[in-house]
Amino acid sequence: MEDIKLIKGNEAVALGAIRGGCDGYFGYPITPQSEVLETLMELRPWETTGMVVLQAESEVASINMVYGGAACGKRVMTSSSSPGVSLMTEGISYLAGAELPCLIVNVQRGGPGLGTIQPSQSDYFQAVKGGGHGDYHMIVLAPASVQEMYDHVFDGFDLAFRYRVPVMMLADGIIGQMMEKVVMTRQRPRWTAEEIAEMSDSWATTGKHSGRERNVATSLELDSQVMEQRNERLQARYRQIEEREVRFEEHGMDDAEYVMVAFGSSARIASETMEMARRDGMKVGLLRPVTLWPFPSKRIAELAAAGVKGILVPELNAGQMVEDVRLAVQGGSDKKIPVWHYGRLGGMVYSPDDIYSELKRRSDECAG
Amino acid sequence: MSVQVEISERNKVYGRSPLLTDAVMHYCPGCSHGTIHKLVAEVIDEMGLQDNTVGVSPVGCAVFAYNYIDIDWIQAAHGRACAVATAVKRLNPERMVFTYQGDGDLSAIGTAETIHACNRGENIVVVYVNNAIYGMTGGQMAPTTLLGMKTATSPHGREAAIHGYPYKIAEMVAVLDGVCYVTRQSVQSPAAVRKTKKALRQAFENAMAGRGLSFVEVVSSCNSGWKMSPVDANRWMEENMFPFYRLGDVKVVTPTAI
Amino acid sequence: MKETVIIAGFGGQGVLSMGKILAYAGVMQGMEVSWMPAYGPEMRGGTANVTVIMGDRPVSSPIAHEFDSAVILNQQSMDKFEPMVRAGGVLIYDTNGITRHPVRTDIEVWAMDATGEAARRGMTRMFNTMVLGGFLTVRPVVSSESVVEGLRRSLPERAQKSIPANEEAMRAGAEMIERVV
Repeated sequence: MEDIKLIKGNEAVALGAIRGGCDGYFGYPITPQSEVLETLMELRPWETTGMVVLQAESEVASINMVYGGAACGKRVMTSSSSPGVSLMTEGISYLAGAELPCLIVNVQRGGPGLGTIQPSQSDYFQAVKGGGHGDYHMIVLAPASVQEMYDHVFDGFDLAFRYRVPVMMLADGIIGQMMEKVVMTRQRPRWTAEEIAEMSDSWATTGKHSGRERNVATSLELDSQVMEQRNERLQARYRQIEEREVRFEEHGMDDAEYVMVAFGSSARIASETMEMARRDGMKVGLLRPVTLWPFPSKRIAELAAAGVKGILVPELNAGQMVEDVRLAVQGGSDKKIPVWHYGRLGGMVYSPDDIYSELKRRSDECAG
Repeated sequence: MSVQVEISERNKVYGRSPLLTDAVMHYCPGCSHGTIHKLVAEVIDEMGLQDNTVGVSPVGCAVFAYNYIDIDWIQAAHGRACAVATAVKRLNPERMVFTYQGDGDLSAIGTAETIHACNRGENIVVVYVNNAIYGMTGGQMAPTTLLGMKTATSPHGREAAIHGYPYKIAEMVAVLDGVCYVTRQSVQSPAAVRKTKKALRQAFENAMAGRGLSFVEVVSSCNSGWKMSPVDANRWMEENMFPFYRLGDVKVVTPTAI
Repeated sequence: MKETVIIAGFGGQGVLSMGKILAYAGVMQGMEVSWMPAYGPEMRGGTANVTVIMGDRPVSSPIAHEFDSAVILNQQSMDKFEPMVRAGGVLIYDTNGITRHPVRTDIEVWAMDATGEAARRGMTRMFNTMVLGGFLTVRPVVSSESVVEGLRRSLPERAQKSIPANEEAMRAGAEMIERVV
């Protein structure tokens, strides 16, 4: 029989970590994601899978613990919410620079500053454009359901190790706090020391044995020529990721005259907007990027070229992903179609009706 | 009169640790880091821990420690070595894990990570090289800079009213229950070097025995930063540093007492 | 079929757990469900609410600004959510502490004094399942058997012994609820 649980998104992250064979979680409490650490401490996975769980003294310490664990070739992760992730960005840059795999979960809340504890998607730029210093990218996954908060732990670790890059799961307070059914997968075992040696002996700091040179996890290189080569190697890997790992989901695209592009919780809300619009006979499609980086630019360009009349981008921020949609449209299509942003700020959340009103207003403008 | 010397294992009185690499150290002539690196390498070698040790290097002059000791290394962000080492040790409890940090890294930007690793009683060793100045960035004031000492950011001498007081983090962490061993040593003379090596050995044994965190401070000179000759710097250290940063054991918890 | 329910009251009244019991019962019947709390400073004494959506298709938006049914347990929630019940929908409320009763005539309004009844029966901790019993009488979106099955599966071992009392509370709630409008 299927193992189904009714749990919060944050609990799903914790269970996904345990079931996904995670070796270590290091975190610090912050609303609205504290249930991740709370659930792990309640479940005591160190007694079952051997997973280490540690409440750190700060997000700064958490991410540097992740850095240490990742350097050893272990599956390690942390989770936080917006202000805490800001504190982690230095460490994320180091992880990217030292080419270390890990998973970072951001259950976003509204900012700037201490902001609000209510849901928001205003860390999109921080997640996909950098956040920390230097030319780097994380693969960014945007779960839109509690099931995906569970599944993306597995996917996140797989991607992180495939490319030796940090992966961020960019959720928000809605997905983190809501409960839905989750189909639990079977326990994936943690890697043994032998498996880690087999996979990662060329870089993991597991203790230097006679069979190899010493491994050093570092992002430092004072010789600029060598540093440029390291950067070029990273960039080549990013191009490879852009080529292979774009993930998105789309609905109602066959006959769509208007398209909404939305991620995470906004995509859930917009999917109801789409149902409402279609009941009224309006031909609306929905594209949900699952990876925010790499971004489904090609597909968006195709839609623009195929004669879509306009694209509405609802997001819980002042207009962030809409820039990438505009770049995709302008860069990939000769047809100039309008791209509109619709947002709420500071923890306010729109309803499906709100988005629908905006969609009608924009399409009327277009028709008029 | 000529003396015939037989070069053989039998007559060998000193050997370079096989764990020291052939890389030419970037440290200034007269710097203490080279000696401390050598002692760390010797202790790891003598304990047979080469393939079982992970070192964590700081940001500061010792950032390149990984070029000189032939073990696996992780280069940590500024001040975060103790957090990095915490995870390495927790995830690999059988490994020997140590950090090697300067006074800027450990006692300024890394104070929180240091104190909390100490407080959790992580089974690691912290090697803390205190020369009362930021060496790598060009001789700026550290939290450990003595009152009156001139640095690039206290060009008129450190004044308590402006800069606050130098502080002794070894004594601070000694009060924490997770810490089993705190000692303050130096390496300016052969006798001091021997004592420091003994202290490092004790610390490494504590970590492998799971007794908690061991904190080995080595009061050092920075002749470049202090703008002195190496000999003068050592003398200045003895006359000015030692009265404030007193050498000797600060805390020893004997294994039976734990 | 799809039912969008708002349950709202004070923290400490068991608002969130009532929503969870309802959602869990839906899962027992193979329904698709979402449970979305207004999270944050809601603690004992503050306001708390949860949106439960259940149906035979996957729930699209977990966020709703219009509800098929509302379970209202204090005045602030009445003020906020009465206008958000869709025409033809249902509003159920506990009369305790309500000074301004519902005024809408385009919805069904049902009332119960679960606070008083729970106190009389010495089962104040079962207040929320008593309300749930009333709700399910008016709006039988799940069976009471599924509720009990959900409790059996979701309650920790130490709380299992409270299931018979919860069943009693649900029956009491079912008996006491009365249509007002």
